[in-house]
Amino acid sequence: MTSAFWTHLIKDLRIELRSLDAFVSMLFFSLLVVVLFSIAFDPHGDFSREIAGGVLSVATMFASVSALNQAWAREIRHQVIDAQRMAPAPGAELFLAKVVANFLFVSVVQAILAPFFLIFYNLHIEGQAAMLLLVLPLGTWALVGNGIFFAALSIRTRNRELLLSLILFPIFIPALLAMVRATSSILTGDGDPMLWIKLLLGYDIIFTTVSLMLFDVVFHAE
Amino acid sequence: MKKLAFGFYVALVVVLMCWGYYQAIYVAPLDAMQGEIFRIIFYHVPSAAVAFSFFAVSLTASLAFLAFRRSHKEWAQISDAWALAAAEVGTVFCTVVLITGPLWGRRAWGIWWTWDARLTTTLVLWLIYVSYLLLRRFAAGPQVQTLAAVLGIFGALDVPIVYMSNRWWRTQHPAPVFGGGDGSGMDPAMARVLGWNMLAWFAWGALVLALRYRVERQAQTFAALDAQAALDAND
Repeated sequence: MTSAFWTHLIKDLRIELRSLDAFVSMLFFSLLVVVLFSIAFDPHGDFSREIAGGVLSVATMFASVSALNQAWAREIRHQVIDAQRMAPAPGAELFLAKVVANFLFVSVVQAILAPFFLIFYNLHIEGQAAMLLLVLPLGTWALVGNGIFFAALSIRTRNRELLLSLILFPIFIPALLAMVRATSSILTGDGDPMLWIKLLLGYDIIFTTVSLMLFDVVFHAE
Repeated sequence: MKKLAFGFYVALVVVLMCWGYYQAIYVAPLDAMQGEIFRIIFYHVPSAAVAFSFFAVSLTASLAFLAFRRSHKEWAQISDAWALAAAEVGTVFCTVVLITGPLWGRRAWGIWWTWDARLTTTLVLWLIYVSYLLLRRFAAGPQVQTLAAVLGIFGALDVPIVYMSNRWWRTQHPAPVFGGGDGSGMDPAMARVLGWNMLAWFAWGALVLALRYRVERQAQTFAALDAQAALDAND
């Protein structure tokens, strides 16, 4: 990690701390999704434990799209993005800083959301609750890592906000499946989540590596 | 001469398609277990083979585009045309697979759809390539080629992961008919019919692919001429 990484990271964190734009919209949006699903499915007992993992993952996924769209859109104002293109620092560091910053935002939202989630779905965790501390960050990293990459890819297209969801969600499907299966098996206590955690880990390693390698290609596409 | 060869190839494709249809519907013996519905295999399996091959062509062309885009501009343009043409035609064949599959499944399994490894992988592959085509539609200018090539690589990387994740989840698709364990394999008469249909559909797919490639190359030429005209107008 060089100073370029820290500069970008601290800048993004500072902007977010002052405005709280992404944070507030994400938190409220995911809260809405949790409430809406709760009303739509009227979950109780075993059924709520079975669907809770899916609802939490999908709520995170939808909510984080708003932050991911903001991540690059806010750089367009005042041509910051052009300055970043011209900077001699490698693009991979910029990419990594953005991923870490947004990963932190989404994780904080999840941490705040979790108690509400337990209340609305009347959950008590049957499996090892500590494993959730492994599953959720890995799933969030998969989402945010690919999301920041595809947001950079779709930033210069028409309908960019829509396009991000359209290209991110199909690629995210295996990670979503792993996240949902792992969370469900922890909540219900059935089955071993380790297989799914390994899958998530593999997904993260593969896609983060490829993103770091190809980020400059996308960022400097002309 | 070139036109003559092309006309001959088109005629050959038409003859092969008719022959394949005749073989599939009238010649192939009835399946002992499934009855008439099994004949859909002569469309389902070749379409899947063509779709997956063309997606492989698209991936190779995307990689070639990224490799050549700075050093050999003309090769890069050719690669990009192949990548787009193969993705488009592959998506059409993949759609055929996704339509014929449930038609068969309804009769054979009693259900239209199941979240099995191969079904899910094919569906996700289809979704990825539709998003690839959407990106090509929404993005403008020369950068779209680079962006699409990168997305093509991401999509291809995703496929084995989707397949593995679904294998662990559940699997219902029939075990491999060819090269599987006990009870796999086909009656030689059926295998021959499948071979003819495979050939016919590949010939047809190659024809459509070549035409689509020509159209894209023309479009590239016109885009280059437009760009040159705009430059000249500025002088």
